[in-house]
Amino acid sequence: MSSTAEPLSPLNLRGVSSLRNDFPVLHQDINGKPLVYLDSAASAQRPQMVIDAMVTQEERNHANVHRGVHQLSQRSTEAYEGAREKIQRFINAQSHEEIVFTRGTTESINLVASSLGKSILTSADEVLVTWMEHHSNIVPWQLVCEQTGAKLRAVPMNSNGELDLDEYTKLLSDRTKIVAIGHVSNALGTINPIEHIISTAHNIGALVLVDGAQSIPHMKIDVQTIDCDFYAFSGHKMYGPSGIGVLYGKKALLNDMPPYQGGGEMVLTVSFEKTTYNGLPCKFEAGTPNITGAVGLGATVDYLNSIEFDALCQYEADLLDYATEKFLELPGARIIGTANQKVSVLSFMLGDIHAHDLGTILDQDGIAIRTGHHCAMPVMEHFGIPATARASFALYNNNEDVDRFILGLKNALELFS
Amino acid sequence: MNDLRELYREVILDHNRHPRNFGELENADKVIEGVNPLCGDRITLYVKMKNEQIQDISFKGTGCAISVASSSLMTEKAKGSSFEEIEILFHRVHEMLTGDSTADASDLDNLDKLAALSGVHAYPTRVKCATLAWHALKNAIAGSDDQISTE
Repeated sequence: MSSTAEPLSPLNLRGVSSLRNDFPVLHQDINGKPLVYLDSAASAQRPQMVIDAMVTQEERNHANVHRGVHQLSQRSTEAYEGAREKIQRFINAQSHEEIVFTRGTTESINLVASSLGKSILTSADEVLVTWMEHHSNIVPWQLVCEQTGAKLRAVPMNSNGELDLDEYTKLLSDRTKIVAIGHVSNALGTINPIEHIISTAHNIGALVLVDGAQSIPHMKIDVQTIDCDFYAFSGHKMYGPSGIGVLYGKKALLNDMPPYQGGGEMVLTVSFEKTTYNGLPCKFEAGTPNITGAVGLGATVDYLNSIEFDALCQYEADLLDYATEKFLELPGARIIGTANQKVSVLSFMLGDIHAHDLGTILDQDGIAIRTGHHCAMPVMEHFGIPATARASFALYNNNEDVDRFILGLKNALELFS
Repeated sequence: MNDLRELYREVILDHNRHPRNFGELENADKVIEGVNPLCGDRITLYVKMKNEQIQDISFKGTGCAISVASSSLMTEKAKGSSFEEIEILFHRVHEMLTGDSTADASDLDNLDKLAALSGVHAYPTRVKCATLAWHALKNAIAGSDDQISTE
């Protein structure tokens, strides 16, 4: 298949320290200083291999998928469906039919909330989310609750930013039909005990959707082992393109769910009397999809498969430890989110300097961080703060990045002293 | 650091540390909420007015240094001003912040301490922080009770 880069041999699994060179965007100056990119939790950068795969698709292979008999359409279809199979293997789904391409995590969650939610929820039912959810795992459920009369409830968390699992158990009842939970909190970095949460929900007959946007770049996901019913994630958080994402769903559930959007591709036959729907996964992919995005995501999976994931996890954990230690040496340092199990995300406040000012000051030093409520206003409410600054560390960051970040914060302290 | 001193001038840092006219105003004629969803700035503006003139004004809330200092400076300047003067000031400040000003140095002089905000124009992402309080004031004198959002 000429449309995607050849997967690297698993024998050549690479260590982490050299990976930085794979990302062209990192090698530039911002405001006269070498870029330090610490905003990967908002959107990660893409390796050259992914960019090349997308350029090849655009330059050599583009045509519509699934419907042409000509050469380019066949190539595009192969690349598009090839990407689906790569993703299926990457998260260990049983079948490629369980992999639905979407625009991203948000659309994946909206698909389930709209299609499944509207068909099973009644005014006697409850949907359970948590206090640490991203808005995209709150609002779609709120919308479907408004339409069905179901009630939205939220699992509280403690002062470290860990879910209160006793409260979770208490909130679960025979009214609970759906549990929607983030695997990892974008605002806090907390890794939730997802297997426990899923098995407990299954015990009372509830279905579980996992928002995997923040977990997929940091850990190996096996949807069969964790036994989630749905797993949603985005390409651009895992070093792939934006505008493409995935909904994994168990085949039996997806089969029973009504279509989300109507249009071409998702139908078998159309007449004014009766339309019959296509099988999985096309039933949920109305319209011409983001073909180049899907091909790019396939290449992203190839890239991630070339990395020793255990080594990556250790590398990121060490980076977070180093950043945490250095950060806490600063006067007025406060970390928001101190869970025992965390990914490499440092959400923080520094004295009484507002996060937005910190963001501007660091940007002058060429350092990109995220500031604000991180689309998680209930998290800010829980901690009684308006906003945090967030540095998120990825496989291309290193200790020198942390040193530059700390130096930038010292500059901010000096400016506001 | 030099560039940042252009943005975070002493006047700004001082008004951020010690905002003037800060707190609720009893018997305010208008109470306007202003939010900047991007960075979580949230201010409430309290205005007493009579005969198309600002008699008293205060604000409270949380925000970045630029939005707090801008709100504080705005209340200082607006207190005692006529609606007409406010309109002119609003446009001058807006021009100064967005950088498409045809104003010369003497215009900036007329703005007094408000000229300390002129460094903001080099930081497009921060213009909304600086204009939040001004938009709230504009709504107040226009007789609106609507919440202001910069998004």
